[in-house]
Amino acid sequence: MRRFLLLAPAWLWLLAFVAAPVGILMAIALAEPGMGVPPFVPPLAWDAEGPRWQGTLLSFRILAEDRYYLEAFLRSLKVAFLSAGICLVLAYPMALGIQRARPAWRTPLLLLVLLPFWAGFLLRMGAWIGLLRDEGWINGVLHALGLVEAPLPMLYSDLALYLGMAHSYLPFAVLPLYAALSRLDPVLEAAAADLGARPFTVFRTVTLPLSLPGAAAGFLLVFIPAAGEFVIPELLGPPEAQLIGRVLWGEFFQNRDWPLASALAVALLAALILPIRLFQRLEARR
Amino acid sequence: MTSLLQVQEVSKRFGATVALDRLSLEVARGEFVALLGGSGSGKSTLLRLVAGFEVPDAGRILLDGADLVPLPPHARPVSMMFQSYALFPHLSVFDNVAYGLRREGVAAPEIARRVAEALEMVGLAGLESRRPHQLSGGQRQRVALVRSLVKRPPLLLLDEPLGALDASLRERTGFELRALQRATGAGFVMVTHDQAEALALADRVAVLEAGRLAQLGPPVALYERPATRFVATFLGAANVLEGRVTADGRLDCDAAGCTLRLAEPPGRPAGAAMAVALRPERIRLLPGGTMPAENAVAGTLRDLAYRGEAWIAVVAADAGQALRVSLPGDSAPPASGMRVLLGWAAESVVPLQD
Repeated sequence: MRRFLLLAPAWLWLLAFVAAPVGILMAIALAEPGMGVPPFVPPLAWDAEGPRWQGTLLSFRILAEDRYYLEAFLRSLKVAFLSAGICLVLAYPMALGIQRARPAWRTPLLLLVLLPFWAGFLLRMGAWIGLLRDEGWINGVLHALGLVEAPLPMLYSDLALYLGMAHSYLPFAVLPLYAALSRLDPVLEAAAADLGARPFTVFRTVTLPLSLPGAAAGFLLVFIPAAGEFVIPELLGPPEAQLIGRVLWGEFFQNRDWPLASALAVALLAALILPIRLFQRLEARR
Repeated sequence: MTSLLQVQEVSKRFGATVALDRLSLEVARGEFVALLGGSGSGKSTLLRLVAGFEVPDAGRILLDGADLVPLPPHARPVSMMFQSYALFPHLSVFDNVAYGLRREGVAAPEIARRVAEALEMVGLAGLESRRPHQLSGGQRQRVALVRSLVKRPPLLLLDEPLGALDASLRERTGFELRALQRATGAGFVMVTHDQAEALALADRVAVLEAGRLAQLGPPVALYERPATRFVATFLGAANVLEGRVTADGRLDCDAAGCTLRLAEPPGRPAGAAMAVALRPERIRLLPGGTMPAENAVAGTLRDLAYRGEAWIAVVAADAGQALRVSLPGDSAPPASGMRVLLGWAAESVVPLQD
């Protein structure tokens, strides 16, 4: 009973802010779009005879049939995958560097990794726009140096998109990697060296494989939010390539097709559960 | 013939702490040397210096006459067995043992043959595909031992190799360790804080004190003839009696209230101060009656502990000093507070250098 009371706030929180919203989302996804407020017909109606099912799989059928949605979906997964990969490649040497630094330096270095969080997110994205646009700082310098005739189109490109993604999500990759590397017993690396492994071989055969769970965690912590990211592609990315976050927003606010938007969200959720389960299996096997 | 390992005047300090102070030590080919000392004696530092994980501040370390100091750990032909075993958790038993051979570029069939042979030798055949966490403590210890021996190093460094084992496994594993050392012919340098382990396994024992070599010698010589107070008390917790040489070549010990006769003349002038060691198990209970004029003490039994094979008694001599006495375990248990008369043979009195 005391156990239950202690855990009750956590369960209530999960119920109110995770389970209930997902339930509502599912319900709307199964509803038929309508003209009222809110703009859908509830899938379950109550009348004199009791509950009556009036839902439909229409929205999911549209998602499956219209290639527009599938393409946005795949494009989002690709962007999320590449963003997570870029973050991992950048984060690994950072995490390793911090872990190998003198103990007194580690906390300040970790704080530096987290420092961008202290500046507002939109402010940082605004700064990238200022740097990358045609009349921006980079083009200004290049032009002044006589290196370019016309400004290089950098903003609203894949380059800008991945810059913004990496800049925003890098700390999520550094922290779990750092934690994994710190847990690694240094005597294992000493043993490898003692058995004749050169420093790079020690890294390849001991440090790297033992830090893989941290790398997987870092990858997922970037991949999952990046898959649904809406603001960064909107502000920095190429306008023609629609991502799922943008499509979802459009269906919800512009087309006012709540069922379709909800179905998209449910599909995204389902797609993200797969890598999470995979990660859990990996962890359990160790 | 030169020694296998020569440690010459090696010093190492960490900040203000002196870990090793101009320490010299030689290990012969195929010899088993134990480094015995308390924590902070520098024994582990010496091992890490030979393995290459630390660089000496001064002095030379030679293996087969070649200087080891400029070589990084991976280029040194010595192997080390770590106290925590340091088995790679992500690799199977086979891959753990094969790790060193793979780094040497040994061909796969040859690796398979040598790993199988090594695992066979320590009774681990059939466990090749297990991960370290699926093994018992004793099995892990053997994997670590075999992993460091499979490359057939001329010198194996062992850091408390039996330290993490249950008491019941220690003795047996110790015998196996010694048999393995004989079979491979490798030189073994073992760090331990357990004097029984050092005395039982090693050809020679080096007792370290505060980064210096206090005494080096075969176990029996070390135990029977400790050179210093430290060695006498560290090994077997001997009693140390302070005395003054008398005109007739005996020793007056005021603190214990007795006169000591040594097996050989003290070799010091009358009036000189001198300390001697007296092993607890060499002291006997004398039947009551008259007290002999020398090598005997009267006192009161204060504390008593039963050890199975012996009683450890603390006897307060009437003159003040407390003496540790070991009495046979099958004797009638003495009672605390009892008046006792203690005696010992002149051969049991060991003169100390300082």
